[in-house]
Amino acid sequence: MKLKVSEAVIACLELEGVDTVFGHPGGAVLPIYEALRTSNIQHVLVKNEQSSAHMANGYGRAKDSVGVCLATSGPGATNLITGIATAYMDSIPLIAITGQVNSKKIGTDLFQEADVIGSTEPFTKNNYLIKNKNDIPRVFKEAFHIANTGRKGPVLIDIPRDIQDEIIDFEYPETVEIRGYKPTLSGHSRQIAKAVKKINEATQPIICVGGGIGSANCREELYDFVMKTKIPVVCTLMGVDSFPNDSEYFAGLLGSHGYPFVNDAMNKADLIIVIGARFTDRSTAVISGKNTHQHIVHIDIDPAEIGKNIKTQTPIVGDARLILEELSQNDYSLDIKKWTDNIKYSRKTYMEETLSKVWPLEGTNPFRLIKAVSDYSTGKSLLTSDVGQNQIWASHYYIANQERRYLTSGGLAPMGYSLPAAIGARFALRDDTKVTSVMGEGGFQMLMGELALVKEYNLDIKVIILNNNRLGMVRELQLHAYNKNSFHGVDIAFNPDFMKLAEAYGIKGYQIRNDDDISDVLSQAYASDEPCFIECIVHPDFPTMPNGRWE
Amino acid sequence: MMKKERHVLSITVENYSGTLSKVAGLFTRRGYNIDTLNVAETMDPGISRITVTVTGDEEVLEQITKQLNKLINVIKIIDLTAKQSILREFMFLKINCNKENRSEIIQLATVFKGKTVDVAAKSITIEVTGDEEKNNAFIELMRPYGIIEIVRTGLTAIERG
Repeated sequence: MKLKVSEAVIACLELEGVDTVFGHPGGAVLPIYEALRTSNIQHVLVKNEQSSAHMANGYGRAKDSVGVCLATSGPGATNLITGIATAYMDSIPLIAITGQVNSKKIGTDLFQEADVIGSTEPFTKNNYLIKNKNDIPRVFKEAFHIANTGRKGPVLIDIPRDIQDEIIDFEYPETVEIRGYKPTLSGHSRQIAKAVKKINEATQPIICVGGGIGSANCREELYDFVMKTKIPVVCTLMGVDSFPNDSEYFAGLLGSHGYPFVNDAMNKADLIIVIGARFTDRSTAVISGKNTHQHIVHIDIDPAEIGKNIKTQTPIVGDARLILEELSQNDYSLDIKKWTDNIKYSRKTYMEETLSKVWPLEGTNPFRLIKAVSDYSTGKSLLTSDVGQNQIWASHYYIANQERRYLTSGGLAPMGYSLPAAIGARFALRDDTKVTSVMGEGGFQMLMGELALVKEYNLDIKVIILNNNRLGMVRELQLHAYNKNSFHGVDIAFNPDFMKLAEAYGIKGYQIRNDDDISDVLSQAYASDEPCFIECIVHPDFPTMPNGRWE
Repeated sequence: MMKKERHVLSITVENYSGTLSKVAGLFTRRGYNIDTLNVAETMDPGISRITVTVTGDEEVLEQITKQLNKLINVIKIIDLTAKQSILREFMFLKINCNKENRSEIIQLATVFKGKTVDVAAKSITIEVTGDEEKNNAFIELMRPYGIIEIVRTGLTAIERG
């Protein structure tokens, strides 16, 4: 079949099952937009290219597939970079297509030319500059394969404007053959046997899960394994929705902003089974590696993660689902009820105490607010959070499970992620899932132009901003690093009238001034299937952690 | 403290544009210095070999090797530091000389199996192939005459047997 390259690009996307592309047009992608116009793929016009990558990110995560974003050359592509880096750090599959200037003029600093291949090298899993028109089908087939297998991640394809108009014989390859890319899937049997032995010997074991459970799509396999062994589960920011948060075996978030009792348990544990987590500085701030009594089993698809941040005694490289299935096939005879009960009790007490604690501060209690959001968004639900205090509040008090997903960026953690990620997720979930986007008023204003899409497509998203007229977490960092006279650059001296802003966008606005308003507003908001905008007033002195400190 | 050692990595890669930049960039970005680097096609024109020498401790080297392996176009990495490999480097040396000491220099070069490739009124150019130690020794030997320029390829290596 003879096709223009631009038509071939769209054909590749259709063959990969893509139904939505988040993008922004420009001179260098005109032919692709012309081909897109006559296709069945929905194009969502974003206000800033960065959002298109976050939307594709949210879309892919909500649908367990690959999101696609599209931008023009130069500034379009450089705006994408933050979004691409976000997907890379969080191992989220993503295809970014960028236009490039005329292939014969590359390197001559044309209008809207940027070295996108060079600048995205550090945070794409792979990237391609198309020089030969006939490479298109192979490159797209490879790109989708690379993005969505092994340790998942973003792949960028840069296509010069002149090549988009050329004609090729289009045939989409059925298989992929890349000599240097063959991820290890099944775990080493001897290492698995060693892990089983260590599990049976353990007296205070703990399972630590990260985003890898979601990317390997093995929440059920994890659940089965935990039910068989009864080992408590702690999680990283990326792993919050890996395991039912209301299960008695769920302990919660670890790390610098984790629950104190979780960090305590991590320190006391004699066996830590890490699954699909990078074990980065934020998570290990509390475990110094000085605990020589600890045995660490690390399961990850990426061999480079094992032993990188923490010494591992039993490394198992492979797909978490296959390895968990194998682990579950063994018999376990653990005697850990006391250990498990203790953690269960700690969580229960902690949650009760922190939620009932009375604060001498005006405004809404953000802990209770998130808990209420969790309670009112019954059934299937998806919540996105940004970075900052809102992220920690959300990951502590939103009750996630298999049907209640929690999307945040734990790695790059850019401000502004929450709203576009929720929009992307809403496009992916065209069912009765309740989608909520939580963020601070600072993060919201980074990419708030996207609020227009919520109205344009009448997307049922409950947009919740926690407004303390401050960049709350940085302010708190300043407080702890220096003192209360050292706040600088963290006061948001002017904020718009958010209720009028919501009105200007044609979206129903609500204000929660204090805890008394919570149930009224949330019950109305979640009863409706219309989008709404909720501003919660939070006192600037409200700390991130209920104890006002972190580890 | 881990011991810092010299390693020779022989990296086979798929011969796509940008691959060298991805490999070299990875070293820079992870704070690792490349001592020498050379690249050429293998017997399969679709595959190139990059030979890199680096100095560092085992732990960092392991991380670098793992990260390199993650690059899609990298096929295989062999650490050739072991004794079971042959290491060679090619170099040109341009040395000050005059009528009086020219034959002396040529004689010394012969001991190092060096070849005179160019002679001018005030200089002589010699090519030498050898491992780094031998090449360094020859450089030291020539230093008193006044070295005008040194051009070295950096090590390349092959496994024995």
